[in-house]
Formats: sequence, C-alpha cells, structure tokens
Amino acid sequence: MSQIRSTEIGTGLFALLGFAALFFLVTQITSRGFSWHDQSYHLTARFSNVGGLKVGAPVSMAGVTIGRVESIDFDSTDYKAVAHLKVEQRYKKIPDDSDVAIYTAGLLGGQYVGFTAGGSETYFKEGDQIEMTQSAIVLENLISKYLFDKAGQGPAKPAEGAAK
Amino acid sequence: MSLAAEVLGNGRALLGKAGSFTLFTLRMLRVTPRALLRPSLVIAQVFNTGALSLVIIMLSGLFVGMVLALQGYDLLQRFGSTESLGTATGLAILKELGPVVTALLFAGRAGTSLTSEIGLMAATDQLAAMEMMAVDPIRRVCAPRFIGGFISMPLLAAIFGMIGIFGAQLVGVTLMGVDSGQFWSQMRGAVALKDVTEGILKSIVFGFACSAIAVYEGYHAVPTAEGVGRATTRTVVTSSVAVLVIDYMLTAVLL
Repeated sequence: MSQIRSTEIGTGLFALLGFAALFFLVTQITSRGFSWHDQSYHLTARFSNVGGLKVGAPVSMAGVTIGRVESIDFDSTDYKAVAHLKVEQRYKKIPDDSDVAIYTAGLLGGQYVGFTAGGSETYFKEGDQIEMTQSAIVLENLISKYLFDKAGQGPAKPAEGAAK
Repeated sequence: MSLAAEVLGNGRALLGKAGSFTLFTLRMLRVTPRALLRPSLVIAQVFNTGALSLVIIMLSGLFVGMVLALQGYDLLQRFGSTESLGTATGLAILKELGPVVTALLFAGRAGTSLTSEIGLMAATDQLAAMEMMAVDPIRRVCAPRFIGGFISMPLLAAIFGMIGIFGAQLVGVTLMGVDSGQFWSQMRGAVALKDVTEGILKSIVFGFACSAIAVYEGYHAVPTAEGVGRATTRTVVTSSVAVLVIDYMLTAVLL
C-alpha cells in the first residue's frame, strides 16, 4: 500500500513540475503571456512603405511599448500598406493628431511603430485611422540618394581649386 | 546476382518490419481507450518513465543550457552583441535541443527499461500466461507503458527547457556578466508563443515514436537473454535515428 502511495505521490509531483514548467515557458519566456483577457483598442495606419515591419512588432510611445502590430495588409486601390495596430486600453489618451513613424531599434534590431504625441484635445478611438504617417527608411534608397548626390557634385570641386 | 538477392532480401525484411510495427502500433492505439479505464496502471508507468527520469533530464538540461550559454557568449562577443545571448539560447533550447536531447535521453533511460521489462516478461512466459487467462497482454502490459511514455515525454521536455534556460542564465548572467535585464527582455521579445508550441509539438511526436518503438521491440524480442539484450540495443538505435529524422522533417514543415 505504501509502495503504491509513494508512486502516486511521485507521479503527482512529476506532473505538477511538468505543467509548472510548461506554464513558465508559455508565460515567462514568450512576450505575450496571457493576452486573451487584456483590454485594447485598434487603430489603422497607412504607410507607403513598411520596410521590414513584422506582425507582433511593438508599438511604442516615448520609448514605452503600448501595443503591438496585429496585422499588415496591402491596399491595392492606393498601393499602400495598411498596418493594424492594437493599443492597450490603459493608454487611451493619445491625441488624435499624433503621428506615427516606423523606426529601427538599434543597428540590427527589428522595426517598430513609434507614436509622437500631437496637441489635440480629442483622443483616438476604437477603429480610428491615423492620418499622419511616416514610412520606414529603406537603407538602400538612402545610400543611393547619397551616392547620386555625390556623383552629381563630385568633379566640380577640384576644378574650382585649380582655377584659384 | 547474389548481391542483388541480398539487397532484395534486406529490403523485404525492412518492409516487413515497418509493416509489423505499424500494425502493432494500430493494435495498441485501438486498445488505448480501454487501457485508460485502469488509470492506476498508466500512473505507475508515468512514474516509471517520467518521474524516475527527472534527475537525468534536469541535470542534462542544466548542463546543456550552461554549455550553450558559454558557446553562445564566445560566438556573440565576436560581433559585439552579447545581449542577444538570451534570444540565442532560449530559441535553441525551446525549439531544438529541448525536445531532441530529451527524446534521446528518454530513449536511453525509459525506452530501454520498457523494452527489457516487456522482453523479460516474454522470456519468462508471463505474456503467454496472460493470454492463457484470456488477458490481452497488449492491453494489460503494452498499452499502459505506451501511454505512460507518451504522457511523460512532453512534460520532461518542458522541464528540460525550463532548467536549460536557467542554466543559460546562470552562466550568461552570473558568470559572463551579460546584463540580466537584457538577457530576459531580449529573450521575451524574440520568443513567440509559436516557438514554444513548436517545441511541445515536437516532444509529443517524439514521445509517441520513442514509446511505440520501445514497446514494440520488447514485445517482439526473441525470448532469450541474448534476444532481450539485442532488442534493448535496437530500441536505443532505432529511437535515436527516428527522433533525428522526424526532427528534420518536423522542422522543415513547422519553420
């Protein structure tokens, strides 16, 4: 009898430890944890280019994460990317003339959506569209712009020097 | 000519083995609901395969996590991004090393004991005696062991993962001086729920494969001392290869 009891206690402890480990992995290691009962509202933002923005990327304001990117669609009528943002309910006082931009976290980090607060007295509501958006900076465009600028003005300078 | 015949013969033997394994697994699955009606048998097997494997799983998890942190730190510092250590070790442990190393250890620790136990039962005519008493040995002996292993494996993998991450934290943060906040926040930022479920799904499949192979080899062991020994060896070899092959296929599908 005591043999069976110790087996059962051991099994119970093992199962408990196993499920505790599962719970730990799901809630503590992943970023979302329990996301099914949190309160949040949805905003959409249209960008001409989202760059490398991914679903699940943070939405932040003043460096604080206030929500996540829920989905990214493509609108074929005006050829723009539509990002659906989910913002936590406790950050509901965001002026509705705030603008959003896509930034890069660090040199190698992922991209995120950043709010810059506006001065309006009214706030964003569920389902609102953000009017002022700034697209992701695509590094290739930046480099090619810089190179073409350089190429355009390049040879002029030494000629000036020679004339003196 | 004789070579061709030999290849043909080997191919037939392999096919026959695969077929008999499939049939055996199906038979076992069919009696599984009825075997679950006697939970005490299953609980005893969860204890055998799971609780008794805890020490080796935890110890291995700790050291796998520690060595991963050590290697990861050495690699990442060449790129000056040691803060990503949490991400690297977390993902590696949860998605790959956790399920795979647990399954290999499980095959060695629990699989062998299942095979040798059932094989010895066959060698001492216990299974035949059961059949004489109209007790189905697959239902009474094989199915509970299979279910027990199937239940234990994902739990063991989860424990392995948790301990492994703590081991990585121990070396990375305490020994190597990676910032603890960076370690955890980068890990949380990079690891999605999908990565955890991928690892769990893998461990469930591995649990199924390892338990089924172990029980099959035991049940079909040649009922002599030598036969049981060979069956035990085959369990470890077949399970290990199966785990690695399935792992590749699952990764390719899930990634």
